Amino acid sequence: MLISNDDRLSFEKSRLGRRSVTLPKGRLSEPLIASQVSRQSELAFPEMSELDTVRHFINLSRKNFSVDTHFYPLGSCTMKYNPKVNDWVARQEKFTSLHPLQPLETAQGMLRVLWELEDALKEITGMDRFTLQPAAGAHGELTGIMLVRAYHASRGDLSRKKVIVPDSSHGTNPATAALVGYRVVEVASDARGRVDLNNLKKVLDDQVACLMLTNPNTLGVFEEDIIEIARLVHKEGGLLYYDGANLNPLLGIARPGDMGFDIVHVNLHKTFSTPHGGGGPGAGPVGVKKHLIPFLPEPLVEKTKDHYAWVQHSEKSIGRMKSFHGNVGVLLRAYAYLKVIGKEGLMRVSEGAILNANYLREKLKDVFQLAVNEPCLHEFVLTLKKAAEKGIHAGDVGKRLLDFGFHAPTVHFPLVVAEALMIEPTETESRETLDLFVEAMKRIAFEIENEPDKVKNAPFTLPVRRPNDVLAARRPILTYRDLCRAKNTTEIAA
Amino acid sequence: MPYLPYTEQEKQRIFREIGVSSLDDLIQSIPSSLRHPQILMSHGLSEIEVQRQVLKLGSRNTATTDFLSFLGAGSYEHFIPSAVQEMVARQEFTTAYTPYQPEASQGTLQVIFEYQSLMAELTGLAASNASHYDGATSLAEAALVALRQTDRTKILVARSLHPHYCDVIRTYLAQSSYQVEEFGFLAHGGLDLESLQKKLTPDVAGVILQTPNFFGGVEDLNGVSDRVHANGSLLIVSGHPLSFALYRSPGEWGADIAAGEGQPLGMPLGFGGPYLGYFVASQSLLRRIPGRIAGLTEDADGKRAFCLTLQAREQHIRRERAGSNICSNQALCALAACVYMTFLGKQGMREVAELNVDRAHYLRERVAKIKGFKVDLERPIFNEFVIHCSRPVAEICKKMMAARIFPGVRLGDYYPEFKDCLLVCATETKTGEDLDRFLEVLSQC
Repeated sequence: MLISNDDRLSFEKSRLGRRSVTLPKGRLSEPLIASQVSRQSELAFPEMSELDTVRHFINLSRKNFSVDTHFYPLGSCTMKYNPKVNDWVARQEKFTSLHPLQPLETAQGMLRVLWELEDALKEITGMDRFTLQPAAGAHGELTGIMLVRAYHASRGDLSRKKVIVPDSSHGTNPATAALVGYRVVEVASDARGRVDLNNLKKVLDDQVACLMLTNPNTLGVFEEDIIEIARLVHKEGGLLYYDGANLNPLLGIARPGDMGFDIVHVNLHKTFSTPHGGGGPGAGPVGVKKHLIPFLPEPLVEKTKDHYAWVQHSEKSIGRMKSFHGNVGVLLRAYAYLKVIGKEGLMRVSEGAILNANYLREKLKDVFQLAVNEPCLHEFVLTLKKAAEKGIHAGDVGKRLLDFGFHAPTVHFPLVVAEALMIEPTETESRETLDLFVEAMKRIAFEIENEPDKVKNAPFTLPVRRPNDVLAARRPILTYRDLCRAKNTTEIAA
Repeated sequence: MPYLPYTEQEKQRIFREIGVSSLDDLIQSIPSSLRHPQILMSHGLSEIEVQRQVLKLGSRNTATTDFLSFLGAGSYEHFIPSAVQEMVARQEFTTAYTPYQPEASQGTLQVIFEYQSLMAELTGLAASNASHYDGATSLAEAALVALRQTDRTKILVARSLHPHYCDVIRTYLAQSSYQVEEFGFLAHGGLDLESLQKKLTPDVAGVILQTPNFFGGVEDLNGVSDRVHANGSLLIVSGHPLSFALYRSPGEWGADIAAGEGQPLGMPLGFGGPYLGYFVASQSLLRRIPGRIAGLTEDADGKRAFCLTLQAREQHIRRERAGSNICSNQALCALAACVYMTFLGKQGMREVAELNVDRAHYLRERVAKIKGFKVDLERPIFNEFVIHCSRPVAEICKKMMAARIFPGVRLGDYYPEFKDCLLVCATETKTGEDLDRFLEVLSQC
């Protein structure tokens, strides 16, 4: 068989005394470790030969879907191709072997990369300055909402307690606002997932600190009234926050800064092609308009003539968001991507993303029902309400797609659409791939009518089928030790 | 253009097929005043041109591989087995998303499970998450857990905790009603337990300290957890993870949470990131742990399977009621750490820790013999220690740099009272010759 059936943990492959790596034998001194500070228990780590260890991890890698092996139309996640030159750049020893605290004169090339990346992000988004510190989109959001709070506080404007988010927003938006101490007010979207101006006006007052928006929204629809929304929020003294999760269709086409946003975060691991890494590391740089620059985390890179330096730029700064300088390895990858794409490539990326999404939407609109029947930007949402009447849910269709060799779209999100299937093909896929995906979707539509059990019980061709997450949460086994304990009491699949 | 599949003709054909004539027909919802802004950026380059430019920029950097480096202070030069880099470069890992579809992500999920198992073992605590952004943010989240768990308002932070970690904890808590207060250290850099005791008031939710501390000294925390727990507070312990293979682990000191920087477990210096925040807690805090957690369960056929679990804690379910807003982990870094720890295994972990102690001890003993420099020979250390210099540190650094040595981190940048001091790190990457070279140049300063 191609994919190994061996599901043993490294710990279960361990044999007493085996090892992979050898280390230098010689010792130069005779340090004594006093018993009151020495480790008490034996370190029960696996003991394996090098080949057994390599095979263990390579076989695990083969139990993953990934962009390099499968079409991955995961909505709002922008699973585009991750160019290999990005990795080549990030792997260069002249960057990987830099210590974050080495003297600035010895890292001028590195600082220049950061400066130039910031410059490009400013141009693309229409903002005035960026911090590159945030390690992820959610970390960028946290930074952004802290900026909101610091800005209002600096003006003695302490009465603002509310952050408004549409009910179609990503879960991180309300979670972030609450973490910074704001009361979250959800505003109901209209049928197209857009902010309903009348609903917005009802909650807008001088208590509002900020409105957080994703544009285009999670249904792939642009907020047509964005200029009016910005005017209304600003009139009340609030700020406008741009969640950059869906920036991919706007490169060279429209800029959050021009729309009136005061703060943006961009997900370098989405729009700027650094890989997602199975959940990270990413990077979520945050850009602001002039009036918010003094509050940015410190330090920032500054350029004087041809010299680059870190500066503690302002006493009003919210402080540090992360140790050292951010996820530099990710920043290097985005830098490489932008070097290749260049000015004229920006719009072609977004054009491709919009074109592919609309092509798929057109081909699928008669197979399943569209949540919004109009041209989309980078993604669109199907609703499987009808299938649900037969007991088949969006999640089931996602699982069945795995059998056809496609990763599932985002399922059951956005929350405003019942039985949602959110599809984002990205610009790097070719129509042949999209056509195969359409065929699979048609086949599944047929199965829903004629062989519903196939969909309900899918997948059938993967290493496992529908892990029991209720059991996992009720009886948590989170480590090998937990497993050993559980084995002593109840029977565990081995 | 690279990365895009279509020729101009193909593109036009698809436009026609979907019933429009050009892109403009598809972006009518964008107000025309916003459309097609002017963007000042350079033209796109071919791959070979990008490589050339990058190599040129790189040549303006002096890497730690060009010099002999004794820099540490939260970012450590360690040997990384070749196989680690090969495993981490597997594109099935790098180009996958967060494992929301467990059937299509058993690789990533099992790696996380094994990472959790190894971290729990290393730190001596029960439950690890799938990792955090870095040591600083992991500690900030630990502070939040303590505040919620105890329903109190204050966090005590040792002044000998990495200054960046202190800064980030302050940033996270600054804009709330919570307070952060520091407690001090004694002249030798070790914890001032009296200062801690005095500040252990009923409003203290948690105490955060680091061992080995920022100055490299290993703390004797005997009795500390008893005092902290007697006050109803949580003990949060940070530290260089490899040191736990040899010295007492946070769990063995009675910590409730171990949180800190995992970079030494197989990640390159990389100018500060991406790194890995480890977060491991006692069983009683299980449902307060922030971030992703992988669990072992059974699939529909009763087979062993892994999935993300305890998700009811998280933002995509709880939205504004979530304990943290994090929606990712540093999965690839956790993979690196998992592979690193597996490759080193039980014996290798201990040996690499011993080598660190050995190299640092040798260096410390010899520096003590050089006129004009003082070190504390009594405190136990792992791989770092402080050198007090009788001449200006800037001058010494200049001379060492001229001899192609990064001599260490200037402590005065962080602690005014240590303006004459260098924080020096010697790991297993240093040979006897390297250390002698350091000593030779230092003796000429």
